[in-house]
Amino acid sequence: MLHTVNKSPFERNSLDTCLRLSKEGSAILLIEDGVIAAVKGTDQSAKIEGVVGSRPVYVLGPDLKARALSEDQVIDGVKVVDYAGFVDLAEEHGAHNAWL
Amino acid sequence: MAEFEFETEGVKKTFTFMNRKAPYGTIYALEVLETVLISAAFEQHANIVFVDDGVYQLKAGHDTADINMKNFSPTYGIIEMEKEDADEDEDIDMVWRIIVEKESLDARGMTEDDFKVDVEVLTAAEIADLVDASDCVISG
Amino acid sequence: MKFGILINEGPFTHQASDTAYHFTKAALEKGHDVPRVFFYYDGVNNANKFSAPQADDRNVVKMWGDLAKEKNVDLVVCVAAGMRRGITEDSLAEGFRISGLGQLVEAGMGCDRLMMFGD
Repeated sequence: MLHTVNKSPFERNSLDTCLRLSKEGSAILLIEDGVIAAVKGTDQSAKIEGVVGSRPVYVLGPDLKARALSEDQVIDGVKVVDYAGFVDLAEEHGAHNAWL
Repeated sequence: MAEFEFETEGVKKTFTFMNRKAPYGTIYALEVLETVLISAAFEQHANIVFVDDGVYQLKAGHDTADINMKNFSPTYGIIEMEKEDADEDEDIDMVWRIIVEKESLDARGMTEDDFKVDVEVLTAAEIADLVDASDCVISG
Repeated sequence: MKFGILINEGPFTHQASDTAYHFTKAALEKGHDVPRVFFYYDGVNNANKFSAPQADDRNVVKMWGDLAKEKNVDLVVCVAAGMRRGITEDSLAEGFRISGLGQLVEAGMGCDRLMMFGD
């Protein structure tokens, strides 16, 4: 299953619920405002830092750029993908579960 | 204009309908329910899951008179009936489960006695495994 | 692979329709099929022919209509959700058609993946 989270952890509990209700080891892709969860040095960074070692975590590059976030601000271990990469993840990881 | 012909003869998938929002503040609860009912017409399996504030959708005693919105909570009774009919009828191959997350109930001081329909209470980990095995996830 | 797309939100207010569009385009460019895009909840507003964005901004309604024409993508607006929000044949943009919720379930059944974009 590919889990996407599109809301910032500062705004909504979607990331928390996703982490609680997704199978261990399943892939997460942060998109839209959800990319904020991938940024180092925030009060919310620990949520993704805590799982990046045990499951694949990705972030959508175009959404980082739009929000003036650079790739070197991204938490170590989170991989940056583009829309083509998003499609590849959807193909590879099975059903899509969008946490809104 | 394209009109694609899907190959759906004999297809049996498991849909998870994920309900995370309280009723009435937004329309998502109602419009997800409409999709659940349509999936019965196609005899597809369904996990109808309530987590976070979605648990309030099932709470008995919705009284919407003062907000002048349609009280759609009787629809949960219809869903329960569809599920029971499918369970009892050997000719229908359709497994529906109405599931509530234990952690969401505990966080809100609720129990299954608050609900107007019978539910399965599962832990987050159990729901994670169940949903992981489904083919499509639709939420509001 | 066949991708079904479900869009829950209207143009401009949320990014959902844009993200769905970019995903759809990328999938088609990679040689995948996107046989159906289903517009539900406020997503029906992506089919409003009266949408008139500012000249220096993207025209989301037209983007979808053009994609439907160029790539033979079936754009389906839910009849019940559409009626609630005033999206009927009279306000329907080019490239879209109105049909029932069964078309969404059918897309879920007949596609390899059902991708959902919302708020």
